[in-house]
Amino acid sequence: MASTIRVRATATGDTTEVQALIQHPMDSGFVKDAKGVLIPPHFIQQVTFEHDGKNVFVADWGTAVSKDPYVKFSFKGGKKDDELKISWVDNKGASDALTAKIQ
Amino acid sequence: MKTLKRNPMQTLILVLVSAWLIGSASSAMAAGSEADFKTAYAAAEAANTQAGVLRDQWTTTASALSAAKKAAAAGDFDAAVAHAGQAEALAKASIYQATSEKEAWKNLEIH
Amino acid sequence: MRSAIPLASAGLAFRSLALAALLGALAFAAPGPAVAAADTPDPVADAAAFQKYFTDKFPKLKLADFVNGPYSLNEDMHRQWVEKEEFPPYDFSLDMGKEMFSKPFKNGKSYADCFPNQGIGIRQNYPYFDTKEGKVVTLELALNRCREANGEAPFSYVKDEMAALTAYMAYTSRGKPFDIKIPNDPRALEAYQNGKRYFYTRRGQLNFSCASCHVQNPGQRIRAEILAPALGILNAMPIYRSEWGGMGTISRRFVSCNSQTRGVPLEPQADEYRDLEYYLSYVSNGLPISGPGARP
Repeated sequence: MASTIRVRATATGDTTEVQALIQHPMDSGFVKDAKGVLIPPHFIQQVTFEHDGKNVFVADWGTAVSKDPYVKFSFKGGKKDDELKISWVDNKGASDALTAKIQ
Repeated sequence: MKTLKRNPMQTLILVLVSAWLIGSASSAMAAGSEADFKTAYAAAEAANTQAGVLRDQWTTTASALSAAKKAAAAGDFDAAVAHAGQAEALAKASIYQATSEKEAWKNLEIH
Repeated sequence: MRSAIPLASAGLAFRSLALAALLGALAFAAPGPAVAAADTPDPVADAAAFQKYFTDKFPKLKLADFVNGPYSLNEDMHRQWVEKEEFPPYDFSLDMGKEMFSKPFKNGKSYADCFPNQGIGIRQNYPYFDTKEGKVVTLELALNRCREANGEAPFSYVKDEMAALTAYMAYTSRGKPFDIKIPNDPRALEAYQNGKRYFYTRRGQLNFSCASCHVQNPGQRIRAEILAPALGILNAMPIYRSEWGGMGTISRRFVSCNSQTRGVPLEPQADEYRDLEYYLSYVSNGLPISGPGARP
């Protein structure tokens, strides 16, 4: 099955810029469906970016983050062909992970 | 011809009862009866159907119609007649819009 | 005898409607042309006038810029668009569309069998006027007809699968200019004219026509949104709209625009919508397909 994570990481000098798009409904639990029934909350609680054994970016998310979240950040370090591991876990206990190479 | 002689008391009762009957009849009409609702709703629905033929029904007409139905189902014919009247007004306005726009659209056209 | 209450509220309704209509008309009144439109439509002249109107209104834009709608009209929006295109939200739908398009039907045939050039790089030719049927055929309609002709159930016109398929087909046509044809057939001219008339006709309780927003007020705000110009407005379809939290097709946009003016929408792919798409695509001939797109 295709990954829910798309990532592009580019190293320039000693800085790596990371962009990621994650496919997830991010239901807040406040929205009703067509029949008027509340759609239960279903959202990513934590997303982690790991490089060289260290967490370079960790986000604790809640219901305020919209569907299919997009993240962009930079970190010091990282060079071309290094591995970057992205993983997330949601409030239902589901998770996904992806390892990508820095360009 | 024998005239019916009433004593003043009987006349008073007759007048009072008649007045009460007339009064309650008109207040029933002012409050809206089921018959009134049915007439008003039919008129509104007919106008909205005509607007549909012209492909220009309004969502607010539909809401007013369903509000009328809902009130009638709850027995509040007062409100039901009011909603139906509003629905008819909205439907008629939408017919007016569709009819006048048959020519009026040209005023917006880019040349 | 009608009681006073319905008459009073009807009177009130009429007054508030008349006021709303008047305000609507005033807010979007443009000086009307001195001459009424000619009776025989001249699509070539129409398209030239249409494009000139918008290029005059936005002299800093190149013709191709119009396909990005509000993102071209505002520097901040443009910066957001550039960033968004690096990692577009329609990516998932596009991938799904590619997968769906290549998967055969139960009978072994596939979408490629229904379309010229296997369905690749043809989006810019839709809609077209089918002289056999005497009606406009849009891409969405053609896709569902392909499914039904091969024993598959049709998709909803407004989202998900239909959006994914049209996203993929649009993507294979990216950069190709709209090339809508009006054959020498009075029925085609009539369909074109119907579409034009629909575009400019006020409808719904709010008394807006498509033109009220997209001809008279592009670049202006309606509530929190910046309005797109009508020129090139279909080139980016289907779109991932943040407001919808998902993809939507041309059908979805027509339906939702109607209900937003408080007009009861027509059925997706109703004649009026097909003709409207025909008109809007034709007057944007020459502008490149940019779909699938993203919008606020």
